[in-house]
Amino acid sequence: MEIKLKINGISKDITIKEGEYLQSALKRLGFLNVRKGCETGSCGLCTVLLDGKPTLSCSTLAVRGIKKEITTLEGESVEVAKFAEVLTDEGADQCGYCSPGFTLTVIAMKRELESPTTDEIKHYLTGNLCRCTGYMGQLRAVKKYMEVK
Amino acid sequence: MGYVGKGIKKIDGMGLIKGASSYTEDIALGHNYLTVKLLRSPHAFARIKKIDTTIASKIEGIECILTYKDVTDKRFTLAGQSFPEPSPHDRRILGEYVRYVGDEVAIVAGTNEETVLKAMKLIKVDYEILEPVLDFEKAIDHKSIIHTEKPYTSFNFGNEHMRNIAAQDLLVEGDVEEELAKSDVVIEHSYHTQAQIHGMMENYIAVTYMDFQERMNIISSTQIPFHVRRHVSKILDIPRSKIKVIKPRVGGGFGGKQTAPMEIYPALITKVTGKPAKLVYNRKETHTCTTTRHEMKLTVKLGATKDGIINAVDIHGLSNTGAYGEHAWTVFSVVGQKTLPMYRAKARRFYGEVVYTNMTTAGAFRGYGATQGTFALESAVNELAKKLDMDPSVIREKNLVKQGEVNPTLNSFVGEKSIVLDSSTLDECITRGKEMIGWDKKYPMQMLSPTKARGIGMAVTMQGSGIHGIDTASATLKLNDDGFYTLLVGVSDMGQGCDTVVAQMAAEILCVPVSKIIVNSTDTDVNPYDPGAYASSGTYVTGNAVIKAANLMVEKIVAGASKILDISEEDIEFNGDSLLLKDGKEISLDEIAYRLVAYEGQNQIITTGTWGGHTSPPPFIAGFAEVEVDLETGKVEMIDYAAVVDCGTVINPNLARIQVEGGVAQGIGLALFEDIKHDTKGKMISDTFMQYKIPSRCDVGDIRVEFKPSFEHTGPFGAKSIGEVVINTSAPAIADAVANATGVRIRTLPITPEKVLMGMLNTKHSN
Repeated sequence: MEIKLKINGISKDITIKEGEYLQSALKRLGFLNVRKGCETGSCGLCTVLLDGKPTLSCSTLAVRGIKKEITTLEGESVEVAKFAEVLTDEGADQCGYCSPGFTLTVIAMKRELESPTTDEIKHYLTGNLCRCTGYMGQLRAVKKYMEVK
Repeated sequence: MGYVGKGIKKIDGMGLIKGASSYTEDIALGHNYLTVKLLRSPHAFARIKKIDTTIASKIEGIECILTYKDVTDKRFTLAGQSFPEPSPHDRRILGEYVRYVGDEVAIVAGTNEETVLKAMKLIKVDYEILEPVLDFEKAIDHKSIIHTEKPYTSFNFGNEHMRNIAAQDLLVEGDVEEELAKSDVVIEHSYHTQAQIHGMMENYIAVTYMDFQERMNIISSTQIPFHVRRHVSKILDIPRSKIKVIKPRVGGGFGGKQTAPMEIYPALITKVTGKPAKLVYNRKETHTCTTTRHEMKLTVKLGATKDGIINAVDIHGLSNTGAYGEHAWTVFSVVGQKTLPMYRAKARRFYGEVVYTNMTTAGAFRGYGATQGTFALESAVNELAKKLDMDPSVIREKNLVKQGEVNPTLNSFVGEKSIVLDSSTLDECITRGKEMIGWDKKYPMQMLSPTKARGIGMAVTMQGSGIHGIDTASATLKLNDDGFYTLLVGVSDMGQGCDTVVAQMAAEILCVPVSKIIVNSTDTDVNPYDPGAYASSGTYVTGNAVIKAANLMVEKIVAGASKILDISEEDIEFNGDSLLLKDGKEISLDEIAYRLVAYEGQNQIITTGTWGGHTSPPPFIAGFAEVEVDLETGKVEMIDYAAVVDCGTVINPNLARIQVEGGVAQGIGLALFEDIKHDTKGKMISDTFMQYKIPSRCDVGDIRVEFKPSFEHTGPFGAKSIGEVVINTSAPAIADAVANATGVRIRTLPITPEKVLMGMLNTKHSN
């Protein structure tokens, strides 16, 4: 079926298959860094922002994106670059495969939480798995980015 | 030193986080690939009596279906090891027998996924179901023989296929029985380490196509591009000169991508059809149809005096390689190689068998046997300390091998002469780790409330740096016409940061910022040979090759300038940016680089360094865990983990620190959660991240890391490796912390709440 999705501020017409998920639709449109890691909604790699809220695109039907603001990494390039500086300064980037979903979640968290505690940060990000870093460096970077201690 | 020892950013970091197209899936666009999928066995052990693909082949869009009748019966191993591979050649592309649930039955290629899935359902397979071997302790001399045909072995590593034995090992020094008999105290316990899933975030993926020179191009997320080229060449009978393996950024590997479990299938489809082909493993296939860590049962006997001097270390091992023998012997021998040298003892022995079973094949996994061995040995040492009523750190102080000592098992191989331990600050690592965790105040445990107990525990371990006498890497440097360098290496950065580390080393010698060195580690056509990223060899082996190439580059620049300028080499001083001449003139590197490649110089400078080591110097880590146990439920919560590491000179403190944190966390997963479950017929049921739990950021507590650098004389700038050693101490330290908190010693990983609670209940009952 034909639907209209507004992605990073630009409306796009797209033909989707019945039951198609947002992740696959975005990928077909060329948003390559909307990745898929687990197929069970467990890893957070496919996270995009739907009206600013982190959402697992691998388990959200594409039609759910209609009349919503869909934001991928490309749509947050300014904040992404800021966070990337902090994360790489900390050395907390390894294989990078989980970065897009993780980074978008961090950006959403910064807008949603005011002066969060360490536990609140961990809780917000707990659905974003990373097998490389052991999470400590990410936490240090997130705290710097959020400007909290 | 300007660049070595600095926490320089990973050179690929900004691009990766900003989402640059970098991984196999991102760059493999525009070829109109055939979708390749594999029909897999539903049975753990069976013979294919009949396979009929007639109806499936008729589906529109199906290009090619191959069964065992259509492919070569050549046998091989998919282990990524230097040739001749020390793994049995016991695999076929497709065979008449299937040996685990998930074993390949047919290769199906078609225009899209739906078509291929439809065809797969229409392939009729008639199986003769055989009794599988699912318990690895019952594998030897089981009535079911998993490989009745004798595998080719490149040398004798004890393969007795008719007894289901893939390999055997023996490493011995001194008279173990005699030393045990003379000991005041002998303890003996068995420890079980489970198979583990690598769980890298990027699943396995490979695409293949024929290029304009009619060469097979393979783009693969792999740690071993050069071994993949050899595999595909041998198995599919394509000259190596006709194969190019491209390695993009790799989304994690941890040893999983040191085996090449999938590249041969799309390559075969491309060979047969001439068309581009793409094979992507989904998460289930990544978990069940590639490789896991080897499950092991290790029985440790320690003999000691009542003062805590260890006389004898004796370890018997049984390892489960699953259906095929990838890395069977090498992982197993590392159990002995990285445990026996740890403690001074008059006698030491490691021996045992690796068995075939009808389960997912085991293979390389970060730690590579040292992880399993460390859990067993360090748990046993902690148990010995308890029996002697000694502080576990004191028993280690009395027995651990020290820098400057000669150790007969340190060289890894029987028959080689003893070598001196060139560098170790392990004693300082222990002292500092104790301070960090508050050992003297907290050991062994504290009660927080009537239902909450906190315990602390420790472990130490070593690994190697490359495989001595085997691993040899090359690095090539090119001075470009605009005065920057290209560094070509064959090692695979899969996130660990080796591209950055080798750039730092080159920058150090060439006296230029890291940004002036472009690292290329992309493909087998361009890059010099390197065995790949494994055995903790990147920094140490490839790094040494880079240093040789860089030193040569400096020499050649000066020599080249001398010729152009017609002045003696002694009158030129090279400071990286420019050449200072004796007469006071200064010529920039940019200018000299241009003049060298131009008509005037006719001298494009390209240098290569090749390096392989005579030893494999061990890095060390001391790990200290603090856990909180809920005495009503048995739940173990990580509170704190202090890790102090000796990896020689720390080339990049930021990247090294993340390596340690990541390794410790992966070890915490092994210790507490990660568990592969099978149904009664041998099918893996924990085949997604939903059922197979890897640690999340709420599960790891606090991980704190420090370094106690030593100076390794054979290492690049004094460095040793770091990638693997860091995973090994988590499990034994946590097991000891749990034992100290509860009195329950868990010898079977993972340490689940059920095991802890049952242990506490049983202790109560027996009291």
